[in-house]
Amino acid sequence: MAEGPPVVTVTARRTRDGIAAEPVIGLEIHVQLLTASKMFCGCAVAFGAPPNTLICPVCLGLPGALPVTNRRAVALGLRTAVALRCAVAPESRFHRKNYYYPDLPKNYQISQYQYADHPPLGSDGWLEFAALGVPRAVRIRRVHLEEDTGKLLHVEREGAVSHTLIDYNRSGVPLMEVVTQPDLRSPAEAREFLIVLRALLQYLEVSSGRMEEGTMRVDANVSLRRLDGTAGIRTEVKNMNSLRAVERALAFEAARQADLLTAGGTVTQETRHWDERRQVTFASRVKEEAEDYRYFPEPDLIPITVEPAEVERVREALPELPAQKATRYVSALGLSAYDADLIVRRPPLAAFFEEALALYPNAKALANWLTGDIAGLLNAEGKEIDETALRPEGLAALLRLIDDGRISGRIAKDLLPELVRGGADPSALVAARGLEQISDAADLTRLVEDVLAAHPGAVEEFRKGKARAIAFLVGQVMRETRGRANPDLVNRLLRERLGG
Amino acid sequence: MVDRVDLLFRPVTEQLALLRRREVTPTALAETYLARIAALDPSLHAFLYVDPDAVRAEALRWDARYAAGGDLPPLAGVPIAVKDLICTRGVPTTCGSRILEGWRPPYDATVIARLRRAGAILLGKTNMDEFAMGSSTENSAFGPTHNPWDRERVPGGSSGGSAAAVAGGLAPWALGTDTGGSIRQPAALCGIVGLKPTYGRVSRYGLVAYGSSLDQIGPLTRTVDDAALLLEALAGWDPLDATSADLDRPECRGGLAGGAAGLRIGVVREGMGEGLEAGVGDAIAEAVRLLSDLGAEIEEVTLPTIGYALPTYYLLATAEASSNLARYDGVRHGLRVGAADIIDLFSRTRNRGFGAEVKRRIMLGTYALSAGFYEAYYLNAQRARTLVRQDFDRALGAVDLLLLPTSPTVAFPLGARVDDPLQMYLADIFTIPVNLAGLPGISIPCGFTGGLPVGLQLIGRAFDETTLLRAAAAYEQAAGWWRKVPPS
Repeated sequence: MAEGPPVVTVTARRTRDGIAAEPVIGLEIHVQLLTASKMFCGCAVAFGAPPNTLICPVCLGLPGALPVTNRRAVALGLRTAVALRCAVAPESRFHRKNYYYPDLPKNYQISQYQYADHPPLGSDGWLEFAALGVPRAVRIRRVHLEEDTGKLLHVEREGAVSHTLIDYNRSGVPLMEVVTQPDLRSPAEAREFLIVLRALLQYLEVSSGRMEEGTMRVDANVSLRRLDGTAGIRTEVKNMNSLRAVERALAFEAARQADLLTAGGTVTQETRHWDERRQVTFASRVKEEAEDYRYFPEPDLIPITVEPAEVERVREALPELPAQKATRYVSALGLSAYDADLIVRRPPLAAFFEEALALYPNAKALANWLTGDIAGLLNAEGKEIDETALRPEGLAALLRLIDDGRISGRIAKDLLPELVRGGADPSALVAARGLEQISDAADLTRLVEDVLAAHPGAVEEFRKGKARAIAFLVGQVMRETRGRANPDLVNRLLRERLGG
Repeated sequence: MVDRVDLLFRPVTEQLALLRRREVTPTALAETYLARIAALDPSLHAFLYVDPDAVRAEALRWDARYAAGGDLPPLAGVPIAVKDLICTRGVPTTCGSRILEGWRPPYDATVIARLRRAGAILLGKTNMDEFAMGSSTENSAFGPTHNPWDRERVPGGSSGGSAAAVAGGLAPWALGTDTGGSIRQPAALCGIVGLKPTYGRVSRYGLVAYGSSLDQIGPLTRTVDDAALLLEALAGWDPLDATSADLDRPECRGGLAGGAAGLRIGVVREGMGEGLEAGVGDAIAEAVRLLSDLGAEIEEVTLPTIGYALPTYYLLATAEASSNLARYDGVRHGLRVGAADIIDLFSRTRNRGFGAEVKRRIMLGTYALSAGFYEAYYLNAQRARTLVRQDFDRALGAVDLLLLPTSPTVAFPLGARVDDPLQMYLADIFTIPVNLAGLPGISIPCGFTGGLPVGLQLIGRAFDETTLLRAAAAYEQAAGWWRKVPPS
């Protein structure tokens, strides 16, 4: 492990109409923590419960109710801070962030603000990742804990909002905020960073990290810095609900700022929202005043104290993290760095890979299947592998059928979608459908002779020295057997007959 | 059977003895107070809510338990009045404010749950300064409470309803809350005992917050023994209050008979100087002589930073209040004033729902926390608070207890200070420092001047209520002021 954060290097530049500048991007990531109960009360955290059924005096902000810190949430925050190599504050406090909004029942949010003498739970860390194959690191400014707000539902009648309903089920759900330094230099890099951060949080079992379900939310600060070093004015971009949205919103915003500067204009410091439908960012219509949150230490809570020994215990108990795992896959298992990265960035896929490896020790073959056909199927269905019916046992059995010469690779590929959807036992499937490979030389010889007789043109071409003609003939045998013929054997038999 | 009027002013310890001997039934006790409330409360206005049927039903339940015999909880069948700042399940809790008029909490404060388990009967909810902001109970949105000793005078505040109820024999004892003196000052002005426990001794869960780092629930009683008994029922760690102390319940009553002999008591010089009413100073001096006669070692001590306490308090308490009271916005509970949009709803509801003093303190606190002022006001006030605390710690390193008046004056006439907030704030000049230091303090009757009660304040070390109550009990028994009751 390195002693300090690696030096940030510039990896992307943009040039536009004489203005040479690069995007400078910093991210604020809110993740919902995987706790059973809320941040400051015993109410359950659950997705999709009927409105206002997961509430109590505390998360409803009733007069007299008091918060009590969820120790599990602190433990998850601490684990993250340690994994991100942050300095852990021996004593950190909660603060009240005061503002009025109907989804915030107390009209203040309990969060951790940073004063000189009040550090957040974790600060000054970094995370390594590979951006487009280039090793990079992003410095982490802070990791802190806070509570979520409720949800507003604006009810429309005849095209106008008639009233607003409030669901406080989400009120008080534990959130962790991770803030980076503005170290990212392109939208693609921001996306890559988020993929690695998400994987890290999943390996740590800290958060499910699903942007589409709102358990991971990303706000971004973006400005253009001229290559002479002059800093630009930044805008904050919100409302991006997928990784793709982040990348596109940042690309749009960087281009918008570049256009403004090219035209001799200036960037306004403001909050902009990503419009997924129109694929543009737009400024909030409400004129922004400089909001004064009147932060002060939360008097209802005692500070979070963390002994140095506790930090050590957490460090020692950390699971294998993405960078370590990728390194091991390359050095110990012989995978390519590219394949290792593709597997590691999807924790369920990595877990699957490791389980399958225990049953079927050919790491490269497993990696090929997982990053090739299987990844293709997962992406097509928008699922992770643990959300499908495919089991490590099933894949191992399938690959063993190929190795044993009982089915061809072609048949194996054809069977995959069924295994992913239905999870059947490959051997049983092969037997039931009669898909077993034909490796009987006598049977195949007959077929080969038929094919040679039927395609004299191809035979002629081969004899004239056109080696590729044999592939056509193999294909014809495969076609006759619906892919079941052993291709190596067919090839050998053909060559024997053709005298090649 | 015991005469009803005689019952009214008996200490709870004696009432419990009568109950256990079956000389009085819970119903007889409850009816005694209900009758007194019906007769006197129209002129005293100590209560904001009494439900006689609910009280009778509870009393009947305890009658049956007494009749059945067997083990009974420690406060079985004893009524108690509760300040309307404390949440009572299903029972209106207004905090003396229009903004919570009609609100019935869906839950009991921890102290209420503990009292119910101990067998106490909720007699009613008592009047108070709105959200505990005041020293006279004149800031109640529902009209002031009158002092039983002189109906033209204030009972003190903010727990004025609780103090007047106990002093006037409308309740055997009561719960109050003390952020800057709100238990001790009305106890002094009404001639009863008021105890503010150490911060963290009693759970604040269900106590509607004013200044969260200062608020504490405590007893208003006729005797020190009753205060000890009630404290034992209230105290103890509560998993629902992160600031409650993880300590065993204090066994205060066992030490009460220890006497004052050998206790070192420091008379605070800053409490005996200018601004003190002559009659108050005389009564305090007399009390010091009596304590000395009882064998206490009297010393003079000085608390040089005590003068910073009042401004410090009015920055910290109001800063916390400005945030604590933000939740009263018309969205979820209490008053809602209809409006065109949400901002309008907030401001109209709060404008109509809050009284002038509450608005003043919210504005003060908002200002103290604002960007650019935080350092100068809030942060400096926190530093001053640390100095005050250190001052007390130093003084209490040399003596066991500190002594000074509870209030520089006796009860003042209704209306005398309503237009002069600064004059009103000075009523708590001797009690506020104790909240800043988080220490336990008690006010006990120590005589009269001009027919009005004077209160003696003793301050103890953190979580050493036992020594505090022991000295108070020794003085009380020797002085006997507790036997005096107001003219009917």
